[in-house]
Amino acid sequence: MSQHQEKARIIRFEQLSADNVRLTLEAPLIAAAAAPGHFVMIRAGNGQDPLLRRPFSLHQASSNGQIQIYFRIVGRGTDMLAHCRVGELLDVFGPLGRGYRIDRQAPACLVGGGLGIAPLLFLAKRICQSGRDHHRDLVILGGRSSGDVEPLVEDFRQFGRSLQCATDDGSFGRQGLVTDVLKAEQLEPGTVVYACGPEPMLARVHRICVDRGLSCQVSIESVMACGMGACLGCNVDAAGGGYLHVCIDGPVFNAEDLVWNS
Amino acid sequence: MEFLKERGPYPDLRVNIGSLVLQNPVMTASGTFGYAREFEPLVNLHRLGAVIVKGISLAPRQGNPPQRIVETACGMLNAIGLQNVGVERFISEKMPYLRGLDVPVIVNILGDTVEEYRQLTERLVGVDGIAAIEVNISCPNVKKGGVAFGADPKMARAVTEAVKTAADVPVMVKLSPNVSDITILARAVEDGGADSVSLINTLIGMAIDLRRRKPVLANVIGGLSGPAIKPVALRMVYQVAGSVSIPVIGIGGIDSAEDALEFILAGASAVQIGTANFINPRVSEEVVEGIAAYVREHDLQSIRELIGALEA
Repeated sequence: MSQHQEKARIIRFEQLSADNVRLTLEAPLIAAAAAPGHFVMIRAGNGQDPLLRRPFSLHQASSNGQIQIYFRIVGRGTDMLAHCRVGELLDVFGPLGRGYRIDRQAPACLVGGGLGIAPLLFLAKRICQSGRDHHRDLVILGGRSSGDVEPLVEDFRQFGRSLQCATDDGSFGRQGLVTDVLKAEQLEPGTVVYACGPEPMLARVHRICVDRGLSCQVSIESVMACGMGACLGCNVDAAGGGYLHVCIDGPVFNAEDLVWNS
Repeated sequence: MEFLKERGPYPDLRVNIGSLVLQNPVMTASGTFGYAREFEPLVNLHRLGAVIVKGISLAPRQGNPPQRIVETACGMLNAIGLQNVGVERFISEKMPYLRGLDVPVIVNILGDTVEEYRQLTERLVGVDGIAAIEVNISCPNVKKGGVAFGADPKMARAVTEAVKTAADVPVMVKLSPNVSDITILARAVEDGGADSVSLINTLIGMAIDLRRRKPVLANVIGGLSGPAIKPVALRMVYQVAGSVSIPVIGIGGIDSAEDALEFILAGASAVQIGTANFINPRVSEEVVEGIAAYVREHDLQSIRELIGALEA
């Protein structure tokens, strides 16, 4: 995979909810090299504070040279990015990491919680483009309330997959967790589950998949400085002992290769 | 011709680190540049003065549990725990690529005992493609209650002597700033035979997660790096350059040619770029270009004119 450092122009800014933002950037080299599950490192501002780039999974990458990131304003870095204007340039580095391994034969079940929905749109598109029979595919999206889910529903619907939604407060879709939906679904044997979301959610998804003998890939996040295997700051416990690094071994892992606290 | 006159010939950026000649004074600091190959898609490695690879120990080390890093104001704390592949895998897996580079490769070494440093150096003797050894003496001495070698002049000297006696290439000793008078340590390693000193390693610090009421780092304490430490590093380089007669290499928060030139004025013969590599993988190459532009613009014969040329 080739990596690029690009000055990417912001061409669209969308405030999807009170604290969720989506940016569309012009980054042709990165867009051309990207696959679902890859991430980019973006610098917020040009100063020394905040110092480090921030990692973002690719929400979309299109053949017209555009990429999208979708994030929640959680700290100063994301707050600065949320105050950028259309036309401004951002220093973007990527694509990075190992993405989802798409099984073109198996039925797909995509499970996204909160900001974990971000990489699944790109994945849904690629799965759709593979042009196979998809009536058995399923997308499950969840979040705290409607603002986390509703604004993204149309983007997923265009791929024609069956879609189920859940929110913690019941303001959109059914009330409950994405894992409640997953549990209630009769997935076909051999279905591959592709998930992204908070760690407790992923732990439950992993548990459900183990119980049903389904293969499960998860995208996880970590603090990281470089995103390319140099700082070694993003380690996680490996199921076989020792550590894996989110930036080069992941961010997408087979769930069984990680240690789950549940 | 007008163009040529304007730009002038490419300036002389060569510097000497003892017997080692670098084509320019910009190196990448250990632990921030992997084993160089990671940066190949992004940097013209051949433009660098030297590459210093991730610290190597006798046996592989898996490092500290997560969380290992945290951003702080204008800097970051790390407690990686010296994760590395160990000297055998380094020689068999990393050296073949490194020796193919047309740039000096400096191997950073670390150990728990003086004996380990000696054995490690002996293992590197005769390995083709190593231009110099940099000795990390900020590690705890397990035989002396875990006090860092670099915090005690006697131990620092002993490690230096052990490495210098065994080595077949120049030896650079990387000093810890976590001491009351760094010039005492610099003189101790000079007396131990060091060919040069590099400074500073990270400053020990800490970050607390108020919400969880816990330390952010699993290791509780970590090393502070980045622009936040530059003034401290500059002061220490200035003091050490005035106290020893071997070359001094400046490290600490450098992320521009201006920063590098300040260290050179303070007495550094060369510099290392560390944390900035994480933010801008191309920074080292950009610093080389910036130094070249400065030398040209100020009509200097060579960058060497600037070393220690701080006006009082």
